[in-house]
Amino acid sequence: MNALIVAPLLLPAIMAAASLLFMRRHRWVGAGISIIGVIGLTALALYLLVTASSGEISVYALGNWTAPFGIVLVLDRLSALMLLLTALLALAVVCHAVLTGLDRKGWHFHPLFQFQLLGINGAFLTGDLFNLFVFFEVLLIASYGLMLHGQGAERLKAGVQYVIVNLIGSTLFLFAVGILYGITGTLNMADMAARIPALPASDQGLLRAGTHLLIIVFALKAALLPLQLWLPRTYAGTAPPAAALFAIMTKVGAYAIIRTVTLIFGENAGAASWAPEVWMMPAALGTMVIGFAGLLAARTLRDLAAFGLLGSTATLLVAIAAFEPTALAAGLYYLLHTTLAAALLFLVVDLIKRRRGRYGDTIAPSPRFAGIEALSLLYLLAAVAMAGLPPLSGFIGKLLILQATMSHVWATWIWAIILGTTLLGILGLARAGSAIFWKSAAHPDNPVEGARGTESDGQLTEALPAAGLLALLAALTIWAGPVTRYTEATAQQLFAPAGYIEAVLRPATGG
Amino acid sequence: MISIEMLVASAISVLTAAGIYLCLRGRTFPVVLGLAMLSYAINVFLFAMGRLVVDQPPIYEKGVTDYTDPLPQALVLTAIVIAFGMTALVVVLSLRSFLETGSDQVDGKSDSETDERLP
Repeated sequence: MNALIVAPLLLPAIMAAASLLFMRRHRWVGAGISIIGVIGLTALALYLLVTASSGEISVYALGNWTAPFGIVLVLDRLSALMLLLTALLALAVVCHAVLTGLDRKGWHFHPLFQFQLLGINGAFLTGDLFNLFVFFEVLLIASYGLMLHGQGAERLKAGVQYVIVNLIGSTLFLFAVGILYGITGTLNMADMAARIPALPASDQGLLRAGTHLLIIVFALKAALLPLQLWLPRTYAGTAPPAAALFAIMTKVGAYAIIRTVTLIFGENAGAASWAPEVWMMPAALGTMVIGFAGLLAARTLRDLAAFGLLGSTATLLVAIAAFEPTALAAGLYYLLHTTLAAALLFLVVDLIKRRRGRYGDTIAPSPRFAGIEALSLLYLLAAVAMAGLPPLSGFIGKLLILQATMSHVWATWIWAIILGTTLLGILGLARAGSAIFWKSAAHPDNPVEGARGTESDGQLTEALPAAGLLALLAALTIWAGPVTRYTEATAQQLFAPAGYIEAVLRPATGG
Repeated sequence: MISIEMLVASAISVLTAAGIYLCLRGRTFPVVLGLAMLSYAINVFLFAMGRLVVDQPPIYEKGVTDYTDPLPQALVLTAIVIAFGMTALVVVLSLRSFLETGSDQVDGKSDSETDERLP
């Protein structure tokens, strides 16, 4: 059944082409194909998760070229978890986009969306460093299109910066891959991990440089401190549902850090052993402060959501930067939470923005708008999730991270900053909420002029995808036990890279 | 004294330096050129990472024992294709942004705004 590993790549690729073909004539057919594709992807991801949860690492060799020579796709617990998260997120976002008509603002929403999924899934599955670069490019190219979807001057401005930053990032990625290939002579991650301990002393400096360069590229994708500047502007500049999907993209960076550091640059990697440990923790802590302080400074709800995403991704990176199994397990739980919570916030922002007419998503009092009661409740829940308050899963995630980092060298700083930024987050989110919902309630007889959706059509149905994300967050809270058991097993698996190396290289040596 | 390695390494460094300088400029056109320079640099760099070998076949030839590494050539090919596509995209995007906003500043400020700050 190993062949199913390649299905998360094939399915979006086929669906992208199919929806492109049908979109021209019958919009609904195109949208339907896209949604069916994502549902299929969810089912596939569930199946793969069940397969991987046994702890088995399955390998699919593309074109049946065995490991160090051909490109392999590898499915382990971490990849399976990320695939499922992507599929669930994508399902909510695509439904939201169809229900709110975002996909009708341009021609190619669905094909771009599917290609984006192809890139993301590929990045999670590939076992080859250069292939990782290629999938990064695939997801970035699709994201450029999605980011600019709907257009407008503001979006184009932010888009130019986003594209340029990522192109420079890709160049650095290639430099890093080139250096690592030059000294190890392989691009297969497992093979590289096996070869690095045997490198001569003369290559250690290059190895260290290559490692840092590689992790810096991933840090750029994950928006770590000095490299976070592109994120708020991009995410606040694009359509909120597209930004909701992009919530997974910072996690692709985080995933790449976890994967490469635990697998390749672990204990045996000589000069590159745990190389990013030195700077990643302070950088992540600094990003958290900037992210949550940004919540206070935000002038629009999209800014708010973008800074929330930045801050909560940084919380995840703090857990990763400890490079230690319990902290990583806690981080993975928080990863699930922060992706869903940030996406939820973006979807809710979109719902609010669509109903406020010319007030848009500015954080300022406005007259009452249709559906304000239901939306204020949704916003409250999204804010609770984003800030990490009980009863939702963010609280459990932060608690687990605090607990796991108790004996870390930086423990005092980690505790102070996580708790302090949570307070900042609550203040920022509460400020925005009160400006929009409470102060607006002071003008009860003035409905917003020219707002769409003042008639009650599709009001409740539009909020369904957001409600779905909320249900997922609730499920994550209720079944925190099984989920943390899974993430703990994942962390154990990651910190024992011998199993991964064995699984990938076995066909070459044994058979 | 002047080996081929030295020449190639210097070429890469000059291209990279020029690329970085141009990428730091404020207008989109120099930045696009800078990105192109960087992608040329990376192509030569990747190629050199398979070690510089003169006059050797890449895959198989009768009676030959030393080969040049074929993998970087494949990588460079992929990198060229991606960089080419990306350059085209960024050119169109900059042009579009210029037409919509009336400014070719990367940070999207209009020319009058930035001119005020000049002495």
